[in-house]
Amino acid sequence: MTGTSLRRGATTFSFVAPALLGIAIFFVYPLISAIYFSFTEFDLLSVPRWVGPENYRRMAEDPFLLQAVRNTLWMVVVFVPVRILGAIGLSMLLVQLKRGAGFFRTIFYLPALVPPVAATIAFVYLLKPGTGPVNHVLEMIGIDGPLWFNSPAWAKPSLVLLGLWAIGDLMIIFLAAVLGVPESLYEAASLDGANAWHRFRSITLPTIRPVILFAAVTGVIYTLQYFDQAAVAGSIAGGQATVGAGISQSFGYPEGSTFTYPLWLYTVGFRYSALGYANALAIVLFVVALAVTVILLRRAKAFSGEES
Amino acid sequence: MNKRIPRALFALVSAGLLVAGCTPAPKENKIADPGTAVSGTVELWHFFTEREAAAIDDVLKDFSAGHPNIKVTVKPGQDDSKVTQAIGAGNGPDIGLSYSTDIVGKFCSSGAWVDLNPYIARDKLDLDKLNATTRSYTEFGGKRCAMPFLADAYGMYYNKDLFAKAGLTTPPKTLDELTEYAKKLTVRNPDGSLKTVGFLPLYDFYENAAAHLAPATGAKWLTADGKSAVGADPGWKTLLTWQKNLVDWYGYDALTKFKASLGDEFSADNAFQKGQVAINIDAEYRLAFLSDQSPDLKYGVAPIPTTDPARYGGGYVTGNIVGISKNARNPEAAWELIKYLTTDDKAVVKLAGLLKNVPTTTTAIADPGLNADQNFKAFIDIFNNPNSMTSPPSKSGPAYQETFGQFLTGYQSGKVADLNQGLAEADKQINSVMSLGG
Repeated sequence: MTGTSLRRGATTFSFVAPALLGIAIFFVYPLISAIYFSFTEFDLLSVPRWVGPENYRRMAEDPFLLQAVRNTLWMVVVFVPVRILGAIGLSMLLVQLKRGAGFFRTIFYLPALVPPVAATIAFVYLLKPGTGPVNHVLEMIGIDGPLWFNSPAWAKPSLVLLGLWAIGDLMIIFLAAVLGVPESLYEAASLDGANAWHRFRSITLPTIRPVILFAAVTGVIYTLQYFDQAAVAGSIAGGQATVGAGISQSFGYPEGSTFTYPLWLYTVGFRYSALGYANALAIVLFVVALAVTVILLRRAKAFSGEES
Repeated sequence: MNKRIPRALFALVSAGLLVAGCTPAPKENKIADPGTAVSGTVELWHFFTEREAAAIDDVLKDFSAGHPNIKVTVKPGQDDSKVTQAIGAGNGPDIGLSYSTDIVGKFCSSGAWVDLNPYIARDKLDLDKLNATTRSYTEFGGKRCAMPFLADAYGMYYNKDLFAKAGLTTPPKTLDELTEYAKKLTVRNPDGSLKTVGFLPLYDFYENAAAHLAPATGAKWLTADGKSAVGADPGWKTLLTWQKNLVDWYGYDALTKFKASLGDEFSADNAFQKGQVAINIDAEYRLAFLSDQSPDLKYGVAPIPTTDPARYGGGYVTGNIVGISKNARNPEAAWELIKYLTTDDKAVVKLAGLLKNVPTTTTAIADPGLNADQNFKAFIDIFNNPNSMTSPPSKSGPAYQETFGQFLTGYQSGKVADLNQGLAEADKQINSVMSLGG
């Protein structure tokens, strides 16, 4: 290797070194730590004790794991598609606007700027049965409103509603994608007699497919880690908003319907001091997220016949 | 063979060793000889904020006046997880003050808080000066790693105006009476929905946690070897059956709908304070809320009703706890401050008065100033009563209570057909969750 190529290599490395260092410190090291701790009994206060795959074996006996997995899967299957469909629909509507488009784009984007905890608290109070305005309005038109966050059947749909309200982050990406579809394609299709549905199905959808894939992958990863809104909604709706101790008593309220996988992971780790087991749960979550991402990318490749 | 595999394995093993090496090792704690002068700085972390933090500062000033060689630095608003993480990282305060007895099992067994017995023995401290229940929740596995820092006593509040309207004059003393009173005090709207509820029996309502109701039947949580006792102890079956009968009388859906319409527990919209619930389980700290937010409400305080009249007079007792971190830089000064905060009668009385909590030393409990308020005295009586109970410390913290709580919410909604079978299953679940940490 010549001196010139060595210098070039060193220069290149110096440019990427900060990023590599960041990845090593903030991703690789925590990941390896988590893998190591998942094979130990560890309470954060004493020296970890190596127990081999015991923590993974314990998952089979965990009485709450199935419930947490079921709730999280429900959210992945419903929450992610609803948000994607909602964002596509909204962006399609917004591109049709001839006047006031900027105003409406801002209005629909604004909720995405509200911190999740604040938004959840507001939603719980808006939907509070008896005193919340939503059920009052429903009552005025003769509808006996549901118990929303206080009903095991309605709590998760209420969280989906909250996610739909804060759809601006996804909407803005789809809007950019839809606006990026060449107008000439629509003109050509119209000349061939294609109606609005045909144009959407044959032109818009294939063009924005990479964005849909992006939304699906990030949506699934986000939903697998769904924590803040579920924790806050359970605590506030349970009426024990300001209790410092015993927070996990309100996790999952009502009747475990909002008890997601990350809530269980947090409870086990930080309430029950089973950090080794919590790390095992985290590793499983990581592997599942990775597997889903790989599957989605492969399927997308199979559909499009090209690199995604 | 691919050369990358051994390299990757080497990197993984090295990283694993690095991770293991970064975990703090236990430190040996030696105590000074009797009579050794104590000085230096001591750091206290506590969870209080605003008015309550100011009360702590006030008492610390008194300590500093009597201990000029010890400088106390305070970090308010620190919860248990911050203290745990700091100690785990090899840092943390000399003294931690926690709001929950849940951490006692973990902090004692792991050594995160040092055993105070050597200090107590050296200074010939008489622990009989402390209330017996508070002594029980501050030690675990033969180690006293905490001292009680004021306490909470849970009893029954009742609305005197609503009682008078229903023709009732005295509080219920038995669970059967509580049922009878609850029915008499309940008012329904013309459409059949609930307007005022005599006693809202759902376990997930405000302070109706199973632990707070257990003294009604004397139900025990754990066996001597630390396993779940909920399936074997008949007290639970009695309590659950009584509660379910009352829930069914109201109708679970009607109660759930009513409960969903109520305000937050720690707000001025508290259902008892607003007269929507006539009888409520709560602790002495509610008195401060009542005088501040509902000064016109006429109410009384009584012990928790029981199945056996011989058990009447008690309630649930818990409290704040304080301990010395294993990483303490100045454990002697830390012990001096803890001793002052938890055993100096004047300091304890002052703290109880400022924080509106129950004092824990026998002398402070008898303080005439604190006993002047009849309602506060009622809580002091509950606190002193030998029938009062607490939740036993466990290495897995509140896991046993919270796991049972999940079972109870299912049971009250009608999802458990056979109670005996359900309780046996709950036993298994609790034992399983308690063993997750090994």
